[in-house]
Amino acid sequence: MGIRERLSGNEAAATAMKQINPDVVAAFPITPSTEIPQYFSTFVDNGQVDTEFVAVESEHSAMSACIGAEAAGARAMTATSANGLSLMWEMIYIASSLRLPIVMSLVNRAVSGPLNIHNDHSDAMGARDSGWIQIFSETNQEAYDNLIMAHRIAENKNVMLPLMVCQDGFITSHSIENIELIEDEKVKEFVGEYHPEHYLLNKKEPIAIGPLDVQTYLFEHKYGQAEAMRNAKQVILDVAKDFEKMTGRKYGLFEEYKLDDAEIAIVCMNSTAGTTKEVVDDLREKGIKAGLLKIRVFRPFPAEEVAKALSHLKAVAILDKADSVNGAGGALFEDVTSAMYINKDNVLASSYVYGIGGRDTTTKEIESVFNDLIEDSKKDKIENPYRYLGLRKE
Amino acid sequence: MSDMIEIRWHGRGGQGAKTASLLLADAAFNTGKYIQGFPEYGPERMGAPITAYNRISSSPIRIHSNIYEPDYVVVVDDTLLESVDVTSGLKEDGAIVINTTKGKEQLDKLLKGYRGKVYTIDARKVSMETLGKYFPNTPMLAAIVKVSKIMNEEDFIKDMQGSFKHKFAKKPEVIEGNMKAIEMALNEVKEIK
Repeated sequence: MGIRERLSGNEAAATAMKQINPDVVAAFPITPSTEIPQYFSTFVDNGQVDTEFVAVESEHSAMSACIGAEAAGARAMTATSANGLSLMWEMIYIASSLRLPIVMSLVNRAVSGPLNIHNDHSDAMGARDSGWIQIFSETNQEAYDNLIMAHRIAENKNVMLPLMVCQDGFITSHSIENIELIEDEKVKEFVGEYHPEHYLLNKKEPIAIGPLDVQTYLFEHKYGQAEAMRNAKQVILDVAKDFEKMTGRKYGLFEEYKLDDAEIAIVCMNSTAGTTKEVVDDLREKGIKAGLLKIRVFRPFPAEEVAKALSHLKAVAILDKADSVNGAGGALFEDVTSAMYINKDNVLASSYVYGIGGRDTTTKEIESVFNDLIEDSKKDKIENPYRYLGLRKE
Repeated sequence: MSDMIEIRWHGRGGQGAKTASLLLADAAFNTGKYIQGFPEYGPERMGAPITAYNRISSSPIRIHSNIYEPDYVVVVDDTLLESVDVTSGLKEDGAIVINTTKGKEQLDKLLKGYRGKVYTIDARKVSMETLGKYFPNTPMLAAIVKVSKIMNEEDFIKDMQGSFKHKFAKKPEVIEGNMKAIEMALNEVKEIK
């Protein structure tokens, strides 16, 4: 049995980092993730971890320090949000292309401007093509569990990619909720020690990391990254299996909630999934066959599996907490619908952009999406696929 | 799911409404409940209206939105009654607990015909008499526990002793005053009829 506790999402992430006890943490504070390095630096000061904490002067340096540490052969972690991730931009591509399994806690927040410190997924969506594994978390519990699993995934020799664990800024990061923690010793054993195959401080194998990669090589190296990302899918499932043995908590690439026999369903990520479950239960009581598919692993995108899981529906709504500002629906919508097209799914699909800049998403709004899906099913066609939820009309 | 209690706090920045909501979550957690305690973050500054929320349930809480139809509302500062629609969505079989010295007639006008139960407490008096300073959150915390019957008073008192010991580890001299504030508030909160 685990330890019954109540923690905010940020406390949960910091607690996971304490139990992981990485070699290096480099971070710069930014709302709403600030508390993570703040709590962690307390653990360092109290001697509860033996991590080298690098208080850098910017996020660009935070990621650079993590890259240096990982390249040297150490295990490195960081935390950030929104514009902090933007400032890391140059370095996050370098981290993934150098195949350095850095683990980041990304507390999702709107990227400026105008300045907004509240939750949406525009930060994570900006990094979706950067070669980082992206795992999303509905609750403080999932943010914690996903971090405990992160190094085992990222450091697997068939993967060797950086990984970010996302959770919703304020909504889960600043909400105190129940959580079941794992005992320190068990976490230590589960995460294990990091022994990279190649690293700069190995004097028996002098190597260069990140030199010039000309026309004859870069393509193959990028293909290697893509292959690693494909490999990650199985590794994520294998690690989840071990995690379930330890905790009893089961994780997949995504969670299906009452989806088996559903006729209509919502696809979404992070905390909105919980609110959607409430609505699904209410609708089920009224005899409406509603369901949910909650994406946990967004990168690698489980295209085949998602398409299959949705193939029996009459209509599906894909909710994006970031507008791709492309005039054609959000990023998750694009991924889901292209997967469905390849799978030859014949399901009506619509895109909902919602929750931008911390706009609260209520059960009533989620219910209105299901009502739209009922209407779509009746008409058997989609007239306006690019929709908005919770947008003020005046 | 049906036993979930939802509470909305209205206060002003610096009065400790957020802290009170977190302490309430803590106390309910210690009785074995599932809890949520979260503030609504806006442009925070001293004196600005702030909102905080609690959900308390005997089964896991999945919903992640603000609370629009609370069972209880706590108003930490009665000047908010004029500027904030504190009874918005408040269930009529619920109650509102207000830190005020105002009487029935004045409150009736300010509460725009709210037909549920109205409780008041003079948290300023309680705070000044027990702490010598104006910290309304501790008395308001006690008042909402009493009104909502989330837990029995003895358990609550015992639990708060533990919480304060932890919270005020660096200034133990304020623990006694806070405990007195709790006990006094439990007696002082009264229904207005």
